[in-house]
Amino acid sequence: MINLVWLVPLLPLLGFLVNGLLRKRLSKGLVGFIGSGTVLAGFVISLLIFMEVKTEGFTSQIVHLFDFIKVGAFTVPFSFQVDQLSALFLLIITGVGSLIHIYSTAYMHDETNEGFARYFAYLNLFVFSMLLLVLGGNYVMMFIGWEGVGLCSYLLIGFWFKNPEFNKAANKAFIMNRIGDLGFLLGIFLMITQFGTVTFGDVFAQVPGLGNNSPVLIAIAMLLFVGAMGKSAQIPLYTWLPDAMAGPTPVSALIHAATMVTAGIYMVARSNVIYTLAPSIQMVVAIIGAATAVMAASIALKQNDIKKVLAYSTVSQLGYMFLALGVGAYTAAVFHVMTHAFFKALLFLGSGSVIHAMGGEQDIRKMGGLKKYMPTTNITFLIGCLAIAGIPGFSGFFSKDEILANTFASSPILWAVGLFGALMTAFYMFRLYYMTFSGSFRGTQEQEHHLHESPVAITLPLIILAILSVIGGYIGLPEVFGTKHLLAEYLSPVFAPSAPYAQEHHLSHSLEWILMGISSVLVIAMIFWAKGKYAAWKDEGQENTGFAKFLEDKWKVDELYDAIIVRPLFSLSKFFQDGIEKSGIDALVNGIGKGVQWGSNQVRLLQNGQVGFYVFAMVIGMIVLLLISLFI
Amino acid sequence: MPIQYYIFLSIALFCIGIMGVLMRRNAIIIFMCIELMLNAVNLLLVAFSKMWAEAGKVDAASAQIFVFFIMVVAAAEVVIGLAVIVMMYRNTHSVDINLLSRLKN
Repeated sequence: MINLVWLVPLLPLLGFLVNGLLRKRLSKGLVGFIGSGTVLAGFVISLLIFMEVKTEGFTSQIVHLFDFIKVGAFTVPFSFQVDQLSALFLLIITGVGSLIHIYSTAYMHDETNEGFARYFAYLNLFVFSMLLLVLGGNYVMMFIGWEGVGLCSYLLIGFWFKNPEFNKAANKAFIMNRIGDLGFLLGIFLMITQFGTVTFGDVFAQVPGLGNNSPVLIAIAMLLFVGAMGKSAQIPLYTWLPDAMAGPTPVSALIHAATMVTAGIYMVARSNVIYTLAPSIQMVVAIIGAATAVMAASIALKQNDIKKVLAYSTVSQLGYMFLALGVGAYTAAVFHVMTHAFFKALLFLGSGSVIHAMGGEQDIRKMGGLKKYMPTTNITFLIGCLAIAGIPGFSGFFSKDEILANTFASSPILWAVGLFGALMTAFYMFRLYYMTFSGSFRGTQEQEHHLHESPVAITLPLIILAILSVIGGYIGLPEVFGTKHLLAEYLSPVFAPSAPYAQEHHLSHSLEWILMGISSVLVIAMIFWAKGKYAAWKDEGQENTGFAKFLEDKWKVDELYDAIIVRPLFSLSKFFQDGIEKSGIDALVNGIGKGVQWGSNQVRLLQNGQVGFYVFAMVIGMIVLLLISLFI
Repeated sequence: MPIQYYIFLSIALFCIGIMGVLMRRNAIIIFMCIELMLNAVNLLLVAFSKMWAEAGKVDAASAQIFVFFIMVVAAAEVVIGLAVIVMMYRNTHSVDINLLSRLKN
């Protein structure tokens, strides 16, 4: 089965080609079938591969297809690497991806036939790129997928391209990603000059030879992390992700849960040897992760757009994953990627269901009381909120708790920051939940009349994801429960090369229980606080003031970037346009033209039509020639 | 006679021809001056031909053949040139060449 791994990315690629090329001919039903079917088939194959990979003693396998680049001694093979990490990501991407595809068949049904096919073509291309990213056996292949998801996110965020605001959001996402991609690319170049190869196995074999914290390794780790910052929306390159909400809601789910933003986590987890041997960069990763987690959570507290809240919560959760990577808890990070994929996809699809029912309304101040109209969405959304908030028993609890415990072992200060973020998470998620589903309806009469539960293609993925959000955590039960951590055991071969260099931290069981207790109690308290504040919230036109206003304005980061980067850049380009282009290059070129014109105007006067003058000129010429031949 | 005499004579003829072409406006006179220049060259050719023939270097007739060519061509030229001048006179009642600059515009 491993040898057939190329089928997994190939199927969505075929789906993309068929849907994309025949978009004017195919009916919606066929397009939806092809789009969802290819990804679903990929999921089935991934499942079979996973079964094979999870057997005891499986070592990573390279499926070599052909040589992509061959220059002298340097070769980049086009090969897929199948190991525990990539198999797990395959499952997440194709599994959550196919649910999102099925959901989209209902959600996008109001599009025109052609738009519908275009949407599914992009969606398939997105899944294909992401599969290429996680399957690639070297950094160049990863980079191909890396660029692919960047492109697809651009296409999908700007899917409704007739709205200039959405186009701006798409551009922003693309440009922000490009900044990060540049870092990633430079990291690959440095790797090539240093190691002469980009294949994972060969690079990781050579890394320990450089020694701990060697400057080259620090540079490589930092450059790769810049790439991860862009793709996984960390400070300072996170602002594109909330704007990416311009795309259709299932796209947000796809970007935030299954693909795209987890690429950075995957890359750092894949490069665990490099990061473990560069502890100073690990510290940077942890600090940026923690800062992002808290900052994004604080912004989410005051957002009123249902998707914006979820977007900032994604940024915040990604911060947690980087915090885990930074403290060396790679398993915890991957665990959180997985659980987050379940509950974030659930939340986004749930919000899509709400938006669908509300006729496109996204402002939670105009919602409320949806509980009785949309029972399935309500229950599943609640489960998603409980999971992300970290209520014991739900998946988010186990992964987040593992991250926090590992953080505490390495730095209690970062733990406190992380816990603070987790509390805010609980608060804003339940603010969102209560404002949307409890209280009384605050929208228009017409909207209230229109409220309905969504069709089964929408609720079915919600139910499946809700179940996964509940049980997904049980594959990673902490050891204090006296059970084996299945995921850690499964992933251990991937992280084995870095294990000898990692600093060992051990928490006593009692301390771990205490940490768990503290966070659980505080989170529950937060939920009740949010309930008291927002369960019966009324829109009285309150305006935020002071710090709350500052949070609502997203810390004014967009304005800051505008002032320090965008506007200076614009004035620089204006200078180049007016100063260099118009009065420099243009003036030179036009000057030459004018000079020739003026010169020929003068020469033209010689042709005056007087035969005598011509003869005279001829004679003068003859005399000159004579003199030249005589004296020179 | 020494060759210099011929050379000076032909230079004098040639210069008279040039000055005539440059200074006169009457088309016929200009035409005659051109003939003068041609004949100055003819004279030179004959003189040199004779000189080299006497020195035994070349056949006596060699350069003089050219002279006949030139005379024939000049005769043909005169036919056309005079015809042009006649037409010009018919149209303008003048043989002043400056009138021809009207073609300019």
